[in-house]
Amino acid sequence: MIYLQLYYEFLQVGLFAVGGGLATLPFLYDISDRTGWFTYEQLADMIAISESTPGAIGINMSTYAGYMAAGIPGGIVASLGLITPAVIIIVVVAQFLNKFKDNQYIQATFHGLRPASTALIASAGFAVVMIDLVHVDLFRITGSFIDLINWRALLLAIVLFYLSNHVRLIKNLHPVVFIAFAAAIGMIFNFAEVAL
Amino acid sequence: MLKDLFELFITFARIGGLTFGGGYAMLPILQREVVEIKKWATTEELMDYYAIGQTTPGIIAVNTATFIGQRHRGTLGGIAATFGVIFPSLIIISIIAMFMNNIEDSIVLQNAFAGIRVSVYVLILNAVIKLWKKSVVDKTGLLIFLLIFTLSIFTSLSPVLFVIGAGVIGLLTKTQRGERLK
Repeated sequence: MIYLQLYYEFLQVGLFAVGGGLATLPFLYDISDRTGWFTYEQLADMIAISESTPGAIGINMSTYAGYMAAGIPGGIVASLGLITPAVIIIVVVAQFLNKFKDNQYIQATFHGLRPASTALIASAGFAVVMIDLVHVDLFRITGSFIDLINWRALLLAIVLFYLSNHVRLIKNLHPVVFIAFAAAIGMIFNFAEVAL
Repeated sequence: MLKDLFELFITFARIGGLTFGGGYAMLPILQREVVEIKKWATTEELMDYYAIGQTTPGIIAVNTATFIGQRHRGTLGGIAATFGVIFPSLIIISIIAMFMNNIEDSIVLQNAFAGIRVSVYVLILNAVIKLWKKSVVDKTGLLIFLLIFTLSIFTSLSPVLFVIGAGVIGLLTKTQRGERLK
């Protein structure tokens, strides 16, 4: 029965992929090889869509992969499989922490963990920014420093950063307002067009 | 009780629906909804959940939702928050999967997404600045930040190693100095 098989496959992904949505990718390639539910090309589309639609990337990918294998119920079953190990493990860890949160050793450990958490988020952000704002490939072809930076995107980033930090009436708006504004700017100024 | 669970579900469904770009991009929305509006967690706690989410199996967005729900309303709360955070994905991706070909060809949508990505970077930057103020509070913290930031950009070591290493450093430096711990 395909639903049971989907659940079991994605349960394994959820158990062994540590660190976030894109960490599920090697496992999805493996499922593709073994089951033929979806192709590598479909996986590439899946990543692009998952990254540009709302929601967690891992869940978006499991929904899409499950849909490819067995329609809408397949997408639901695959996602439920993916989250099952995480929910069980986190509930156990959270209960443990509730009991020991005032313990001085736990406190000291978190004192080290917090800057680590900040650094991991900063470096993940840095990695994706480099892909979109810096066009190394285009620079190699043209050799012109003007082509190295995606100026339109950089300008929008600077404007948004200024608006969201220094303009009193605007900076407390919900993040979704900035997202909608950027979507409109992207459409008006053809942001997807690459100068190649 | 049921009302609380429903509130968790709805809040996390909204968070899931407003997050573009995965677990890290969820942070500014979580700060807004969970820390500032609902006050279910502090910024420090949010950082702890992210650190734990990095080391435990599963995707970070789900780990964080389960964590906040569990701390707020027990195991059922954790499940309600998790179902909430995955709900928009299930709906939106199912619809997209049905109309896949039309979307790939739409230049208007591609332009919109290219713009959206830029705003997501700025939102993550803002979130990181807030986190920095709360987490890098002494020299040890600065050292841990610089070390892990550099290593994770230039090497492909697992984040699990970084998190465990940072925890050990935190434990050692605090206990060695014999500081009075809170």
